Amino acid sequence: MNLGKIYKNIFLIIFLGFVLSACATQTAKKIDSQIQGDVYMGTDTVEYLADGVPDRVFFATNESVLTTASRETLRKQASWLRKNSEITIVLEGHADERGTREYNLALGERRANAAKDYLMTYGISSSRISVISYGKERPVDSGSNPLAWSKNRRSVTVKAN
Amino acid sequence: MIKKSLLIIIILFSFPLKSLALIEIDITRGNLNPLPLAVSSLASTEDDKKNLKKKLKINDLGLEISKIVENNLKKSGLFNPLDKEAFLQKPDIAHLKPRFEDWALIKAQALITGKVKLQDDKLRVEFRLWDVLAAKEILALAFTTVPKNWRRVGHIISDKVYERLTGEKGYFDTRIIYVSEEGPKTQRIKKLAIMDQDGFNTKYLTLGNELVLTPRFNPTNQMVTYLSYFKNLPRVYLLDIETGIQEVVGDFAGMTFAPRFSPDGKKIIMSFAKDGNSDIYTMDLESRIVEKITNHPSIDTSPSYSPDGKYIAFNSDRSGYQQIYIMESNGKNVKRISFGNGLYGTPVWSPRGDLIAFTKLHKGKFYIGVMRIDGKGERLLTENFYQEAPSWSPNGRVLIFYRETKTDSKGEGFSAKLWSIDLTGYNERLVETETDASDPSWSSLLSN
Repeated sequence: MNLGKIYKNIFLIIFLGFVLSACATQTAKKIDSQIQGDVYMGTDTVEYLADGVPDRVFFATNESVLTTASRETLRKQASWLRKNSEITIVLEGHADERGTREYNLALGERRANAAKDYLMTYGISSSRISVISYGKERPVDSGSNPLAWSKNRRSVTVKAN
Repeated sequence: MIKKSLLIIIILFSFPLKSLALIEIDITRGNLNPLPLAVSSLASTEDDKKNLKKKLKINDLGLEISKIVENNLKKSGLFNPLDKEAFLQKPDIAHLKPRFEDWALIKAQALITGKVKLQDDKLRVEFRLWDVLAAKEILALAFTTVPKNWRRVGHIISDKVYERLTGEKGYFDTRIIYVSEEGPKTQRIKKLAIMDQDGFNTKYLTLGNELVLTPRFNPTNQMVTYLSYFKNLPRVYLLDIETGIQEVVGDFAGMTFAPRFSPDGKKIIMSFAKDGNSDIYTMDLESRIVEKITNHPSIDTSPSYSPDGKYIAFNSDRSGYQQIYIMESNGKNVKRISFGNGLYGTPVWSPRGDLIAFTKLHKGKFYIGVMRIDGKGERLLTENFYQEAPSWSPNGRVLIFYRETKTDSKGEGFSAKLWSIDLTGYNERLVETETDASDPSWSSLLSN
């Protein structure tokens, strides 16, 4: 094998490498844009309580900490609730399928309460809010993959009246 | 209905001295050489056959009962019931006096024979267990029961044979309560269901109008505690499966969940979630007195008593992640016992008191395992995509749990099934159910 041929082969390998990694980054990017730090950022499953008021917030695995985006959503909900003082709500807490059933019930309750506490600091009376946990019993996405799980780790605000 | 079925009368009609039997089964490790034994059809006269057929619409009841025994013993993994085709001696004659050479010839080491007849509208069954090599009878029993209990007769014979040959109590005359599942994953319909340990006599106890989860037997009777979303309020309920009467347990202003009975059946231990925090409580079923057992801002749940009632195992994320802890039954001296890699949950104390079964999540896989009560000697019995919630057979030899399959990219292919595995890690088996199933709980022995 002469030197030229070796260079050619190396070039070919490097080129193939580029093609493969380009593919990989593209899919990764698509998921990346929807999941940030293990939290779902997309809008696939989101419904709206009113124009510009998303109904749900998302959580990282095993976490109940509200992200910046979640807090923004909840502030919009609080402002909508202040304007519509007759409305009462249920906060439905959920977990993904990657945890034991009983722990997930507790985790869902903890997530819904994190949302409740935040709404209360923005002036919504606790008497207008009830909380229920479904644990992992009611996923919105039936997939068994990280994206589906991220959509299922959520607290959803539902009009109760 | 269940009360009546417990009216099985057991008469020892000969009482052989224990020991001396040559048959010995090693049950301490995976048994790779199950004991070959012959289960002869239970004999009946032609008249009895006719009467039994009229009564139960079964052609040969003695044969059916012998099949129940074969099936139970085979599934235990410790016995190898031989093909009836090879038997040389007729059931009625074998029951009187086996020709041991004939049974030795087909390599049977033990032989079960019996007789079944209808007597005053009752089913009368007797059976004998023979040691073929020692050429002697080692057990003989007779039962009388209502005819519709005929399957239980097969289970009781299985238990007696198992006990005589292994030295441990059996687990065949038992039932499993579980959650039956149907429908799409995003909107599962769940019902409480109960069946015999071998999958027969399935009955549905709720209609599926509300979500129900985690049923557990009272170890002392046929009461069940479970979680129901009745009126969209998730609360722990108590159900009497004889009468169908159910009631909510306690008066809690929030979700109660993860219920289990104390070993004496007098208390329910459970979690109560309030303001984002779950702690463990007990309620005495008679006095209705509620006690708070844990008091910690973390999630404390899945409590399970030790068989003597002195300790409680539970899981908590107080260390940051879900781990197993034990404490005294008053909540004092909380001690973490799981220190391996990964998350640990659903501790359940073995009926013998020496082991705790658990679910473990590590690197995206779920395991069912056991550890000693000090957390040492961890043994993982089975690994899968998703499985959890082990429940012990009453003799502490077998665990039943549920397993879920992964869905494909379209979200299809989901299933939930019951599985069992021996404490040894061998003999893993699918437990057949009419529908998909989860959250199994094993009853104690119905008789004795």
